[in-house]
Amino acid sequence: MAEVTPLIRDELLPPRGPGRRHLISIRDLTKEDVERLLALARTFSASLDREVKKLPALKGRTVVNMFFESSTRTSSSFELAAKRLSADVMSIKASGSAVDKGESLRDTALTIGAYDPDVIVLRHPHIGAPQVIADATTAHVVNAGDGTHQHPTQALLDLYTIDEELGGIAGLHVAIVGDVLHSRVARSDIQALVLMGARVTVVGPPPLIPRGIEAMGCEVSHDIETIRDADVVYVLRMQKERMLEGANYVPSLREYTARWGVTPERLRPGQKVMHPGPMNRGVEIDPVVADAADALIERQVRSGLVVRMAVLYDLLTHGPVEVKVAEIEEVA
Amino acid sequence: MGEILFGGNGRKDDLSYEGVRVVDPTEGIDETLNLTVEAGVITKIEPGTGGDGRIVAPAFVDPHVHLRTPGREDEEDIATGTKAAAAGGYCAILAMPNTEPAVDSAAVLGALVERAKDEAEIPVGFLAAISKGQEGAELTEMVELAERGAAGFTDDGRPVASPGLLRRALQYHSVTGRRIAVHCEEATLSRGGHIHEGLVSAELGFGGYPSVAESVMVGRDLMLAAYENQPIHVLHLSARESVDELRSARSAGVQASGEVTPHHLCLTDEAVRTLDPNVKMNPPLRAEEDRQALLEALKDGTIEAIATDHAPHARHEKDVPFEEAPFGVTGLETAFSVLHTRLVEPGVLSLAALIDRLAAGPARIYGLERPRIAVGAPANLVVLDLERTWRVEESGFRSRSPNSWLIGQTLKGKVVETVANGKLAYSA
Repeated sequence: MAEVTPLIRDELLPPRGPGRRHLISIRDLTKEDVERLLALARTFSASLDREVKKLPALKGRTVVNMFFESSTRTSSSFELAAKRLSADVMSIKASGSAVDKGESLRDTALTIGAYDPDVIVLRHPHIGAPQVIADATTAHVVNAGDGTHQHPTQALLDLYTIDEELGGIAGLHVAIVGDVLHSRVARSDIQALVLMGARVTVVGPPPLIPRGIEAMGCEVSHDIETIRDADVVYVLRMQKERMLEGANYVPSLREYTARWGVTPERLRPGQKVMHPGPMNRGVEIDPVVADAADALIERQVRSGLVVRMAVLYDLLTHGPVEVKVAEIEEVA
Repeated sequence: MGEILFGGNGRKDDLSYEGVRVVDPTEGIDETLNLTVEAGVITKIEPGTGGDGRIVAPAFVDPHVHLRTPGREDEEDIATGTKAAAAGGYCAILAMPNTEPAVDSAAVLGALVERAKDEAEIPVGFLAAISKGQEGAELTEMVELAERGAAGFTDDGRPVASPGLLRRALQYHSVTGRRIAVHCEEATLSRGGHIHEGLVSAELGFGGYPSVAESVMVGRDLMLAAYENQPIHVLHLSARESVDELRSARSAGVQASGEVTPHHLCLTDEAVRTLDPNVKMNPPLRAEEDRQALLEALKDGTIEAIATDHAPHARHEKDVPFEEAPFGVTGLETAFSVLHTRLVEPGVLSLAALIDRLAAGPARIYGLERPRIAVGAPANLVVLDLERTWRVEESGFRSRSPNSWLIGQTLKGKVVETVANGKLAYSA
């Protein structure tokens, strides 16, 4: 019998304009892309210590933040990142906009697209929303979280944080603990960490670990004791809405915390602890752990700013580009 | 109990085909012949010579079409749906009852039948609901519905959740002589699912719709049919385990039949990586091993019919993020061409088998007159040009909705003429 090849993604992909780049998934990036972005973020980090923190790099460019889901850290981080690079920034939220009046995402995108923005940063509750924006506008699209799919800039800032704190990523063991099933952060982080050569173990109750996740290159454990082996323990937010009566992912938050909560007793000294926020103290993470010296949680927020500056700069300067510190200092 | 196909009547054409390759696998014909049709009936079949590359075969029967009428005529109506079917080589189609309102009473069915007589380009039949409002609680008046022309019974679009109700339906419907068809989905397992549960859903973060949500229901329904010793038809099979259930039930003597769609034969869940809402359907695209099992079952006859599950959706309803998009894709106008391109050309499926599963198979399941090439038979013919390549264009559909997964693709093999019940219904 002759082999027949099923249709795969390339044949179905909509035609794209040449050279227009998006950051929708960590899958869009190569290892070289990530290394370039981290180096660029380090460069921008130096600028944060100066008295005048603004760089003229994206002067005259327009960045539109479209946030259709509540967000504090991601939206403020993108907004500040764009402003620090001197871009014109416009922010649109679902509430109080035409979305409230039932406008479709595509129509909103066409409206915003009429202003020819250079970048659209999108946060949306549904998988596939960034593709709608990419198809309807000519902007570069940055996915700031689409449903349970991806949150690539979170993964990049996590890599940056780990790299800064531990001096490298390859060879480290990272345990990701909690509700992996519903976590876009977990998916982006697994892909990013595996891409950079880390060993990743996901830990949690079986109903919250997606079937087949091993294919992404990680290991799976249902035993919280596994986290003791890790260099970094990455705690996921336990989303209370997943714990509604009848959902039955776990019998109760109480039982979840008793079995899978990250407590001081379950860690060994020197292990770094991360969390994408917002935290449910006393649920997935013990307050003592969250406030300990080994917690990198605030550090993650600060990394977010420079990493998002790097992403915006890189997309708009049509990287890969060689990053020269001196050059940026000069324009500053 | 009388007629079950309506409309598409009127003209009875005189036609002749000189020196064409005639392929009718069920009649055992594959040779160059001259065919004559007079007043809509095949009157002469004589040896011919030459041949211009065209093939004449029995026209197709689609046992699973959503005509969206009544209620969503903005997506499809009887005229546009049957014109699309004619362009796809079909001489008859069966429409599903999950409309607004559902086809669950003789009044709704009667109105449809009258509209079909006026509007249908080719003959069309209507399945009626198993339960009132397709709500799974009370049986419809099946005898009256059958007398009014129901071609069969189904709650397609949703499962019959209660085994008790399905059992009563299997018992009661037997007096009508019409077939019960089941959409197999255990809702507590598929809830929240957008795509097949597997490696792709794990990576993309979609709620999974596991194979077992289908197969557990296929198993249950086949057991009920076996227990009641009644025939049953399983709609749109997608999973390897479901195929296994069907095969073992058939070998145990259950009068069970199954159908499969072109998209489940050609695509896997890998296609979902595009996040194109036109690859979102229920049941979802599954893994390669499932696709291979469906192909194997189609070849060995376990699955007798190819059904498009043509499910038109308004453009604005599909022009949304994948996760928000409704399930369903169109298929009437591309089924033969894509299956020829993807399965016959590479040698996976013979042309004869494809024609049989598109024509005789579906007709047999629902007890329709089999389209055939024989003297004295009504002319239900399709003319195929296997060498012709064409590009699927969004603007080229006769269907009112453009939600095809094949837009922009080039296919090899095309329906160039369709004769339905003696009338030349389509000519490219």
